[in-house]
Amino acid sequence: MTATFLILAVLTVAGTAAAMGLRNAVHCVLALTVGFAGVAALYLQLDAQFVGLTQIMVYVGAVAILAVFAIMMTHSPTPVPIPAYSTRWALGGVVAAAVFAVLAWAICSSSASSQILPPQPDINVQQIGEALMHQYVLPLEIMGLLLTAALIGAVVIAMDRKEEIK
Amino acid sequence: MIQTLDQIFVLAKLWLLGYVPAVAQPLASAILSVVPILIAFPLLFAITTWLERKGLGRMQNRLGPNRTGPFGLLQPIADAIKSLTKEDIVPVTADHLVHFLAPLVLVMAAFLAYAVLPIGRNMVLVNMNAGVLFFFAIGSTVELSVFMAGWSSRSKYSLLGAMRAVAQMISYEVPMVLATIVIIMQAGSLSTVTIVDKQAGYTGIFPHWFVFTPWGFMGFALFMIAATAESNRSPFDLPEGESEIIAGYYIEYSGFKFALFFLGEYLGMFATSGLAITLFLGGWSAPFSFLTWIPSYAWFFAKLLILIGAFIWIRGTLPRLRMDQLMNLAWQYVLPMALINMLVAGIWHFMPGGLLRWLVCTALLAAPCVLLSLALKRKKRLQVRTYYFAE
Repeated sequence: MTATFLILAVLTVAGTAAAMGLRNAVHCVLALTVGFAGVAALYLQLDAQFVGLTQIMVYVGAVAILAVFAIMMTHSPTPVPIPAYSTRWALGGVVAAAVFAVLAWAICSSSASSQILPPQPDINVQQIGEALMHQYVLPLEIMGLLLTAALIGAVVIAMDRKEEIK
Repeated sequence: MIQTLDQIFVLAKLWLLGYVPAVAQPLASAILSVVPILIAFPLLFAITTWLERKGLGRMQNRLGPNRTGPFGLLQPIADAIKSLTKEDIVPVTADHLVHFLAPLVLVMAAFLAYAVLPIGRNMVLVNMNAGVLFFFAIGSTVELSVFMAGWSSRSKYSLLGAMRAVAQMISYEVPMVLATIVIIMQAGSLSTVTIVDKQAGYTGIFPHWFVFTPWGFMGFALFMIAATAESNRSPFDLPEGESEIIAGYYIEYSGFKFALFFLGEYLGMFATSGLAITLFLGGWSAPFSFLTWIPSYAWFFAKLLILIGAFIWIRGTLPRLRMDQLMNLAWQYVLPMALINMLVAGIWHFMPGGLLRWLVCTALLAAPCVLLSLALKRKKRLQVRTYYFAE
């Protein structure tokens, strides 16, 4: 456990924790962005450049902006005070503890945690690209089709509204 | 001698590192690489503000700054002192922490982008094998800082400006990345250093820059359009339209924070210009084979200054676009052209070299370019506008 890892881990955990605890929705998104950036930095620290940079590009650059826009478009002008903590915190605590227990049990009992893995070969972006274009080209195309369908769907929804106003 | 001059900064760094104990060497090496960037580019920013004010002044038939020093050359220093000594006013209703953080995030992101730019031979901070990807990933965090600035000020103008800026940046990021893809296809690498290396060599006296191919030229043009929009400069300066929303997202900033926004914006412009140089204009390589004796970093900065000059020229010449024109240009012209350009780059790659390849690729690019321009022009139906959200 290096100092870099510790700093990044604290940053990530603090960011995501703040995202759950803060009252203002925009503050929550910004805190969550810190968490995203921390995770991306952790990937980069593990030499997973492609995953790390894509994490920044998609989550910090797109998802955070999308969330912020969604909040601003749907926010009522007079903010309704929503308590940050649910009254049924005991039930929530039980659920959280159960989830944590299951995850911890799964990690501890899996073979990956007990054995020390041999150093992985250095995987660069070119290899990822070649794998995507050769071995996994069909899933990639299906994903592309799905995203295009979603995009067209979004445009259609936006267009309907315009005609109604006319 | 020529080689020593070319590598003088690299040698100076190694010489200085010799005095540092071995334990501290990685840290000292990083600091010695970062500090020149932190000095050189803000200095260039200072020079550019003077150049811009002078250039715009001449274009508008005025003198521009001429009171401080010879030709007003000390104007940037006067500006710096002014912004440092000005009162820092924060609106009462503003979100203080976010308001404070926004300019810092912007400047930090702008500086980070320089990490992958090869400024000269062997002069790159980090030679990542995903350098171009890093550049765009860092660039996308700028949007967040713009939003932070606009939202935290609690002002309608700044929020409107931020909304405009973010919408514009997202729209133009897509064609920008797509214009870059042709270079990545040809170079077969995402590393900025490899991309510059692929453009090395000369035919006769002319270099093998990617801009001297049909797809490279088109890509360069599209990239520069998108880069102008990304850096919120005229004619795409709606986010800070002075006549409508005064200064956009940084209207509620004063003093040095305001200066930081300017710094961040110009640094972003230099960084995207630097990427354009790296991708299309051969990076630090000389434009003619008989000029290779001039140091590589000098060429990089010469090209950068030429691009900055072009930016200033455009700002002095073109009027501001309207929001719908801006979006139409992005989605109906720049984006389809970028996609066609990718196709042409593929055809170029698989066709045998020669005149035929040039003719076919140029025709394949020129025809859609003309057709799309005509379509964009015909779309301009002049009628009473209906406002959906402003009634």
